[in-house]
Amino acid sequence: MSDLHLKKILELDSMKQQPTRFGYADALLDLGAKDKRVVVLDADLSKSTLTNRFAEKYPKRFFDIGIAEQNMLGMAGGLSLTGKIPFVTTYGVFLAGRAWDQIRTSICYADLNVKLAGAHGGLSVGPDGATHQALEEISIMRVLPNMKVIVPCDTHQARLATLEAAKISGPVYIRLGREPIPVITTNRTPFRFGEAQVMQQEKDVTIVACGLMVYLSLLAAQKLAKDGISCQVINLHTIKPIDRKAIIASAKKTGAVVTAEEHQLAGGMGSAVAEVLAQECPVTVEMVGVKDTFGESGQPWELMKKYHLMDGDIIKAAKKAVQRKK
Amino acid sequence: MTYKAGSGHPGGSLSSADIMAVLYFGVMKHDPKNPKWEKRDRFFLSKGHACPVLYAALAEAGYFPKKHLATFRHLNSILQGHPHRLKTSGVEMSSGSLGQGLSIAAGMALGLKMDGNRLKVFCLMGDGELQEGQIWEAAMAAGHFKLNNLVGIVDYNNLQIDGSVEKVMGLAPLADKWRAFRWNVIEIDGHDVLQIKKAFIKAGQSKTKPTVIIARTVKGKGVSFMENQAGWHGRAPNKEEYMKAIAELNRRTV
Repeated sequence: MSDLHLKKILELDSMKQQPTRFGYADALLDLGAKDKRVVVLDADLSKSTLTNRFAEKYPKRFFDIGIAEQNMLGMAGGLSLTGKIPFVTTYGVFLAGRAWDQIRTSICYADLNVKLAGAHGGLSVGPDGATHQALEEISIMRVLPNMKVIVPCDTHQARLATLEAAKISGPVYIRLGREPIPVITTNRTPFRFGEAQVMQQEKDVTIVACGLMVYLSLLAAQKLAKDGISCQVINLHTIKPIDRKAIIASAKKTGAVVTAEEHQLAGGMGSAVAEVLAQECPVTVEMVGVKDTFGESGQPWELMKKYHLMDGDIIKAAKKAVQRKK
Repeated sequence: MTYKAGSGHPGGSLSSADIMAVLYFGVMKHDPKNPKWEKRDRFFLSKGHACPVLYAALAEAGYFPKKHLATFRHLNSILQGHPHRLKTSGVEMSSGSLGQGLSIAAGMALGLKMDGNRLKVFCLMGDGELQEGQIWEAAMAAGHFKLNNLVGIVDYNNLQIDGSVEKVMGLAPLADKWRAFRWNVIEIDGHDVLQIKKAFIKAGQSKTKPTVIIARTVKGKGVSFMENQAGWHGRAPNKEEYMKAIAELNRRTV
């Protein structure tokens, strides 16, 4: 925990908060200065995804493709064939969903060096409602050969993950969020692509989480400790390639695993973890996530409560997992 | 190729054959000995199912030995049922899911222009494929970004799997559509080699707009029993049909 921002995880209201798209926008500015090959494409959402910051600084390397996601993916592919490193940015639903076949055939099958940033991931998108809350991208991106999938836990990690994505060859998908979320790492917290970040090393139960759920898991772990249940918290920021070693080592130690994600349970991060465990270390698993339903309009934290994605829900799952392993 | 494979798409390959011959042996700058040569013009086959004609052109040009043509669509072949850039020398891009090639070509044209390159980007599309919305997204973007280094070719054979294009989902007035998307339009007979060559020269002179060559073609061209037959879109000839077709094609080339 020494490299984390706070020694103690606080209740939400007391935490410094920022959306992960801020970290992404900062990283694009860094990349723009460092590497002339970096170009950014957006589909008329640059003010929301914050790629407008890159556009102001590097107007000749920014392309607004208009509201045409399928073409945006193809053009990014073409640009990559000239040696550019395109960062394609729009809301996750329209990026991963609407342009899925373009991502499959033109980007992944051809293994082109295109980076995808899907903003507005998760229920915490809020009032825009179900059409804009991406809850399926982790599943439909990780199933594609050659694709890598990253879900940063806060704005610092989003920045580092974006810088890292530029160095990785081939397609990478980064999930970003709209809502300000607690900042739990620092600029100096290392981000190692493909290597899960073990944030607490305890023994009773493992909590594997990504994105906003990492903060809520740490909060839950703190509360569980008071009830005498000690947790190992793993930030699985890289969902593909998945860190099998870290997951198995932790599961062997605790014998019970809780997964927590702001995403459909089917095919998401929890499923990816369960796939590893089922094959290599079958232990008790409880999953926290969206249960085969769409979201709706509401304030972000109201939705998180209604759809059972809060620290309290993780606590319940952890207690059940501990109970079940006995 | 399709005979040996027992499957494939002869009709749309034959309709593009004259265009491909002119492109690869009379228009494009490329070097089969150096397939990744930076100064090469780029060709994208958006109608990926017509890859037999692309493979034939690449083999003829010397990108790979002709003996591979007999392995088309076979297990472990370098010649996949639809083009794959990671398997075949000279294939710039993987394709097969229709409607995606023009976007790739537009991105490529944009990237080349950014770097001050004067190279040309060619993209061959099918007519049925123009029913895909993505084609028109790409057409709009290419016009918007003034990609005068981009040349689209429509193989307008007027047949798709379910029947005539006009009957299935009409495209007319096709030239007007492209003009409305801010493209130069050149209409030609896609089997007249001189007209094809002239069209490419004219396309190369465009200052501010992308150019589309709408080539009127005959599906199955050169094989009497395949010509204008939708049934020959995705069906391979049997031995007897193959012998007859080759004999007819040989007479035509002499």
